[in-house]
Amino acid sequence: MSKERIKISEDLYDIMPSDYQDLVKSATYGKEDRGWKDIGNSKELIEQHSLCAGCPESMAFRYILASLPNPEDTVMVGSTGCTSLVFPMVAVHNIHSLFGNQNAIASGLKRALSVRFPGRTKDVVVLAGDGATVDIGLDMTLQAWFRQEKFTTICFDNELYANTGGQESGLMQKGFVAKMAPVGKLFDKVRLPEIARESGCHYVVQCTVSKPSLVEKVVRNAVMISREIGPTYLQLYTPCILEIGKNSMEGLQEMRDSEKPTERFAYKEYISEPAKELLAEIAAKDKEKKAAAKQLAAQGA
Amino acid sequence: MADTHSVIGTKNKKGQTFTDTWEMMNNAPRTPSFFTGSEVIKEALRRASCDVMIAYPITPQSEAAALIGELFAEGYIGDYFRGESEFAVMSQCAGAAFGGARVFTTTAGPGTMRAMENFPMWSGARLPIQMIVTCRGINSPLSIQPDTLEIAYLLNTGMLVWHAETAQDFFDWILKGYMVSEEPDVHLPLALCCDGFFVTHTKDVVNLTPADMCLPPYDPYRSPVPCMDMECPPVRMMRDPFVMKSNYISYATHASWQQEVWAAVERSRKHTIKWINGLIETENADAEVLIVASGTAVSQGREAIRLLEDEGIRCGLVKIKSLRPWPGEEIREATKNAKHIIVPEFNVTGWLAKEIKATIPNSERVNAGPHVCGGMTMPPEIIVSEIKTLLGMRTMSLAGRGS
Repeated sequence: MSKERIKISEDLYDIMPSDYQDLVKSATYGKEDRGWKDIGNSKELIEQHSLCAGCPESMAFRYILASLPNPEDTVMVGSTGCTSLVFPMVAVHNIHSLFGNQNAIASGLKRALSVRFPGRTKDVVVLAGDGATVDIGLDMTLQAWFRQEKFTTICFDNELYANTGGQESGLMQKGFVAKMAPVGKLFDKVRLPEIARESGCHYVVQCTVSKPSLVEKVVRNAVMISREIGPTYLQLYTPCILEIGKNSMEGLQEMRDSEKPTERFAYKEYISEPAKELLAEIAAKDKEKKAAAKQLAAQGA
Repeated sequence: MADTHSVIGTKNKKGQTFTDTWEMMNNAPRTPSFFTGSEVIKEALRRASCDVMIAYPITPQSEAAALIGELFAEGYIGDYFRGESEFAVMSQCAGAAFGGARVFTTTAGPGTMRAMENFPMWSGARLPIQMIVTCRGINSPLSIQPDTLEIAYLLNTGMLVWHAETAQDFFDWILKGYMVSEEPDVHLPLALCCDGFFVTHTKDVVNLTPADMCLPPYDPYRSPVPCMDMECPPVRMMRDPFVMKSNYISYATHASWQQEVWAAVERSRKHTIKWINGLIETENADAEVLIVASGTAVSQGREAIRLLEDEGIRCGLVKIKSLRPWPGEEIREATKNAKHIIVPEFNVTGWLAKEIKATIPNSERVNAGPHVCGGMTMPPEIIVSEIKTLLGMRTMSLAGRGS
């Protein structure tokens, strides 16, 4: 989609909703170096959200949407859960269909877009919770990776079923007492990042969303690698402050505490050899571009 | 009406000419060919300008699904792969249709049941996917035998549901089905059902349209809802997500959406009548005894009528082609003079008889059965026997039926 497509006819301008006018005036579709720093300076692709006050998932949503390298040609796929409360207010085409089938939807979608738009870039990004990704949808999560489907899977890991009120999930820590785990969860947190690597993902990162610059980097890498090479997986800790007994202001600290090197959300990364080569190529091109811009600026001065 | 943007008359990469569908189906020369039902599905797909087909093995549709893979290898289908289960396959079909592709899949029996959660979602999302259902048993213990019980579950999904009698129906309806499904005022998925094995694994003479003609491609921008390809403005869809709201707007939205899907099924009626030449077909509808059936039960009914004629008993036939939209008015009209309405079915619950009873006045005229199920065949003799019993005539008792 070109930005031209969202332009408003002059005659209709004043009757369009203000959030749409803002999208046309100051959204970042087509901006090559878009990123988290645009937040506050431009129209975000998320209009508002109905998540709990202070929910780290809302921060994650904003960082991810600001970091997509190509939102004007990106379609997102969600699933049932807290994310499905946000997607209707996101200015990127997105699909909610059922609970747990997100990677199957994305497989069909990506293939259809490849058939319909040969030679054009159409990115597909899945964003779903840990129940959808690891429990009810694990089959389809893994099978999409086995098939080397070219899209990115992002899991918002809040270690429980948040939207239904805090039930045990496969990504919950062992021993945690929750609904449906009345004597504490009896088995370990599922090691999906390791499973993702073994299942054929070319880029796997586990981290929290405490640092927007890090979220920007891993989202861009994941989308670029999935576009060119094969499946990628991000597992982002977005604690459910409500269900772990924290206050609205404590989400950030919870993430910082959990990402220490000895903790369960210490930064973890796997990059396949072809993906490393691609990232090196992209970095070299960026460097070239920056040098050229610097030279141009120097000449101008 | 060809304008400058029309593709009619141009060629695809396989050298087939995009042809006006009405012209292709009604006026183009036909070649008689001796094929199995599965091969007929392949030949229809060759002419369907299909973008994405997703396959999964389950008897008795596996052969057709694999044959379409050959078409993909030959370059007739945009993309093709084997999914991991029917639930996943139907979601993959949905993803492809959300992305604006013309989508085809095939399934059967337990697979249809496993995938069931997807079907109301398909119609709710207005995805004109075509799914062939080669019906088979869904009972336990495991059965791969013919049985049409699964159709009963499809009737309330918001999908269009047609029931083919013969391989010829199948060939024509696959191609015509897309024309009905893809109408902007319909835009619903179609479950095109047949009785597994009887249609898929037997050979029949089928009149095929020319192989160098194919359907015009699907145009996703005629959809009543936006295609998810970021080619149109991505404005937010709603002020609040309706799923969690218990307010007036939320209730009104869900209510109107549900009504709209069923209204679209209703609106498909005129297109269906036009394309498959009526929702029902009748023979001797003025007879006092009428067999009303769908699928291969119609063929067995025809045989029974022939046997009865030999004995001087006149009996008529109503072949129901479309179950959704349901031909209520047509059935009322066709059965208005009948004293006995016999509904033979390949399932134990008799869902078709229930539908007919709910449709016509004086429903005590409906005789639900004979029923065969779990893979039994339906010899015309048991229909004859049922009719003679109804008429108070002596009939031979048939072994094994407890009669």
